[in-house]
This record gives sequence, structure tokens and C-alpha cells, in this order.
Amino acid sequence: MGAAAGSAVADGIPDPLIRLRGVTKTYGTGATAFQALKGVDLDIATGDFVAVMGPSGSGKSTTMNILGCLDVPTDGEFIFMGHHVESLDRDQRALLRRKYFGFVFQGFNLLARTSALENVELPLLYRGDAKAERREMALAALDQVGLKDWWDHTPGELSGGQQQRVAIARAIATKPAVLLADEPTGNLDSERSVEIMELLSDLNKHAGITVLMVTHEPDMAAFAKTIVHFKDGLVERTEAGHAQGERVG
Amino acid sequence: MLGTTFILALRSIRRHLLRSFLTVLGIVIGVAAVVAMVTLGKATTLQVQKSIASLGTNVLQIRPGQGFGRGGGGPRPPDFDPRDVEAIGKQITGVTAVAPQAQSTGTAIYEGANWSTTINGTTNGYFEVQPWALASGRYFTPAEESAGKAVCIIGNTVYTNLYKTRNALGTRMRIAGISCDVIGILSTKGQSGFGGDQDDVVIMPIKAVQRRMTGNTDVRLILVGVDQAYSTAQVQASITDLLRERRHITGGKEDDFNIFDTKQISDTLSTTTTLLTNIVTAVAGISLIVGGIGIMNIMLVSVTERTREIGIRLAIGAVANEVLMQFLVEAVVLSCLGGLIGLLLGQVAVILLSVLGQLPFIFDVQINVIAFLISGAIGVVFGFFPARRAASLNPIDALRHE
Repeated sequence: MGAAAGSAVADGIPDPLIRLRGVTKTYGTGATAFQALKGVDLDIATGDFVAVMGPSGSGKSTTMNILGCLDVPTDGEFIFMGHHVESLDRDQRALLRRKYFGFVFQGFNLLARTSALENVELPLLYRGDAKAERREMALAALDQVGLKDWWDHTPGELSGGQQQRVAIARAIATKPAVLLADEPTGNLDSERSVEIMELLSDLNKHAGITVLMVTHEPDMAAFAKTIVHFKDGLVERTEAGHAQGERVG
Repeated sequence: MLGTTFILALRSIRRHLLRSFLTVLGIVIGVAAVVAMVTLGKATTLQVQKSIASLGTNVLQIRPGQGFGRGGGGPRPPDFDPRDVEAIGKQITGVTAVAPQAQSTGTAIYEGANWSTTINGTTNGYFEVQPWALASGRYFTPAEESAGKAVCIIGNTVYTNLYKTRNALGTRMRIAGISCDVIGILSTKGQSGFGGDQDDVVIMPIKAVQRRMTGNTDVRLILVGVDQAYSTAQVQASITDLLRERRHITGGKEDDFNIFDTKQISDTLSTTTTLLTNIVTAVAGISLIVGGIGIMNIMLVSVTERTREIGIRLAIGAVANEVLMQFLVEAVVLSCLGGLIGLLLGQVAVILLSVLGQLPFIFDVQINVIAFLISGAIGVVFGFFPARRAASLNPIDALRHE
């Protein structure tokens, strides 16, 4: 599976999880228009761990927003599990996110003054799960990130690393197909960063979650199976990551 | 889905308890004011109607002169003649009873106790026009009335002051210098609507009062009971015609007597108190609208402040309607909570003010329900705009919001 994911254009692969074809994104109109993406082609297979790298303004964040169904391409195709996402409306994309995606952000983005458990329960609440089920799944997710005993602490009472773990627990509570992480270690020291990366690798390997991660740091990208480099709104090159080598070797 | 948004709304209110309370303060005060004003207004109307009712309903009071405070100059118009009373009783249709009245004052004395009181000369018709039961004893006999015998029926205040708890029936007391047999004691009537003690009275046959006290046959006041089936206005008009004729008032000359219709006064006063209640309620209602604007204001601030939270919710997979409902439900729950607190506060205000104002305490279910529903409606109306703004946020921008 992972071997195919690396190629920027892999028409021979029957069913990639994610397929971008000629995706462009233009902000603004007329003279002030800015083309952030200039025709991105990208396939990502189920079970991959992709690190997206590139300088600021290279289009990696825009791509992540599109991949996370938070934004739509100006032109081109984005096919996710057979859905043509570019033709879905706002609410349909929201339902897709609810069902298949988990998000982890650089700034953690937990609800303040809200216990870890309630934070993790949030996506389950929108899914309409019953209270007991919600609690059970949220506690299971907290257990997976090693914070089961901290369930009643609010973000203010947790360290940065712990907050990011809660955020990861929230992202995986619904058992998503894809976990999108936008610079998940950007606000953490190196020791905490490694812990978070190990957690993401573990989720990728053992829970079978496809992970897409944006990062600046080559050390963090090394945890990925595939590294995609962006430059000037295009995919510059794709290479196998450290994890990929490990796996292959 | 509504259950979920309800939980979310309650959690959010709990997270900002002080702010939530301050937000709804306007609604609290508005609802309390409306409930208190309407309830107290109704109590006042009730009180006024009760006062008027103690004068007797469907009663016309006929006095010489041109009514309250008028007819200043010139000679005082003559009192009525006993034959006027007779004529009204016989010639006017729709009259149930007629009672002439001649008044005097004097001191009542019994075994060393004395009490200064009003002496009211009338006939048994008096007790028919405005029903007044006896505590004990009897009314006048026809013989006592026609002969003007010195018998008296005493009010409870007079009884208590002269006799304490002793037996009064059959005793002979002195009143204004004449001696008089006590034949009846009236039941307690209490204060009149205008403050006087209605039980401080001695009632005697009118002829006795005229002959032995006033020294003439003048009738100062005629009370006329009107049959329920007849309109008081119509009876009043007939009496006016009759009295003008008997008092030789012709052509365009003004009446030299006035007829006071208790029902009409009651209606006028009720209309006035209702109008005042409505005005004060409208003012209180304005504070409800101001309260609603307060909610909108804070909800808008809240949406701005919680932009990132909204971003998180949208990213996690909340659809626009869920975010809209969350903020709308939050506004409605807030304003309903405010409404409930306002209702409680309103009841407290009503209890305090009715004690202070000596008004009857009433609990008006209708206004409480209406005020509560209005507070909910305010939440919907003023919560909608901020909620729509929250729901229309772009998740990417919202997440980036600092």
C-alpha cells in the first residue's frame, strides 16, 4: 500500500484513499488575485503516513485545508473514498469531516474551561452518540493517548504535551479514517515533540489511521512513511520517509 | 439533535456563569416589572371595585346641589320633601326600594359610657337598597316608622364602645338628649372605600330624627335601589324628569340636585386604573426589549470571542445549522432562565407591595405564563442574528482567529 502512495501521479493504482487531480486554488479576483495552488496532483493510499513539507507560501496549508474538506479547490478534482468533494456543499463536507476525519492543530484548539473528557466527547456529541457510549469512547481515546487519569482536568491544568494528547484523543475518538495534523509539534519542545510523533506513528501502525501531517522540521518528517515537498503551489518531489525505509527494510 | 444542542448550551452557560447572569439581568428586571405591575394593577382595580361595591351596587344617590364641589355661589338649593321620596317609589319603574335619609350627630350615652356618633334617620328601605344584615335584634316595624318612635339600630362600633360585650337589646340608651330603645345591632361592615368607619352609626326612623333632632321634615339624601333588569341610566333620567317637575325647574335651567350612580363611578374608576396599569406595563415592557438588546449584544460579543471555538466545532464536523441552533438555544435558554428568575422576583415584589399598599394579594397565572413566553420569544428574536453570524463563519478563518 505504502509503496504506491509516494508517486505524485499514479494512475495505475486502483483505489487510492485520496486523489487530487489538477487542483488549483486562487484567492481574490482580478489584479489582487493570488494563485496558491497551481495544479496539484497527489494520491494518498489508505494506511500511509504522509508528511507535507515546504516553505511558507508553498501551498502546503492550502492543500491540507482542501484535503481536510475545510476548503474546496477553485478548479480540479478531489476524490475522497469515491466522493467528488469539490462538488459537495458546506454541510455535506461537514458530514464527511464528522465521519472520516480527525484534526490536530498546532495550537491544540481545545475548548477552554472544559474538561479533557468533555473536549474528547465533542465530536461524538455531534455524531449523536448516547451519553454512556460517548463517555466510554472518549475514555478509551484518552486511554490510547495515556491520559485516562487526567479526564477531569481542563486545558489550563495540563501541560502543552498533555493538551496535544487530548487534542489527538479528540481527533481519534470517532475512529476516523484520516488524521490531519497541522504542525502538531510546533508549540512543543523536542522531547514532547518526539512523544507526540511516536503516538502518531503508533496510531498509524496499530489503529490503521492514515495520517497527513504538515511540518517544518525534518526530524519530525522522518517519522513519516512518505514525505511530500511543496514549492510555489506545486508538488516539487515525493520521497520515502524514515518509517518507510524501516518498514521496507 | 435538539437534545445535543441543549446540552451544549447549558455547558456554555455554566462556563460563563457571571456573564450569563449579567446578560439576562435586563430580562429579569423586565419580566419582574411587567408581572408586578400587571398583578398590582389588577389588585388595585379589584380594591376599587370592592370599595364601590360597599356603597351598594345599582344604587342611585340623590342629593340637593350640583354634585361634587360645584354650585358655589347663590342660595343653597332646598332639601327634598318626604313626598318626593314617595313619588319616586310610586311613579318610577325599575325601582326596588327607596330610602330617605336625614342626618344628625350626637353623643350616645349608656351607663356612664359615651360615644359621639352619626345619627342616620331612614326607613327599612335603607336596608333593602344596600343590604346590611343584623348581628342580632330586628329592623323597624311599620308602626315604629310611621309614628317616628324613639327606637334605634346601632352599628358595631357604637355597640362596642357603649356596651363592650354586654347585652344591648332591649336596653334604653340616650342619644342626642333623647332616650331610645335599642332594637337591633348591625353586622360589621368595616371601612368604606373612602376611609370612614361605616359601623360608627346609629340608625333611627327618619320621622324620629326629623321631629326630635333636625326639627324639620327635610330629606338630605335619597337612596334608590335599581332593579338589575333596568338600566341605571334610564332610571336616573326618569327620576331627573320627575324631580325637575316637582322642584319646578323649567326650560334650560340646570338641575339643582344631582344623582350619583355608583355603578357608573365604579366603571369609570375601573377604566382609569386599567388604563394606568396598561401604561405602566408598557413602560415595563420597554425594559424587556432593552433586555433583549442586551442579550443580542452579549451574544454578538460571545460569537466574536468564541470564533475559534466555532472553528473547532465546524472542523470537527458540526453543520451550519447545528452551530446556529447552539447559539440560538443558548440565547433562548438564557432568556428563559432570566424569565424564570424574573417571575420569582416579580412575585416577591407583588407580595411586598400588596402588604405595603394594603392591597389584596392575587396570583395571576395568565400574566406569568405570558411574561415567560415573551422572555423565550425575546431569546429567539434577539439570539437569531448572532447565531446566524456564528453559523456563517468560515472554519479556516475561524480557526486562525486570535
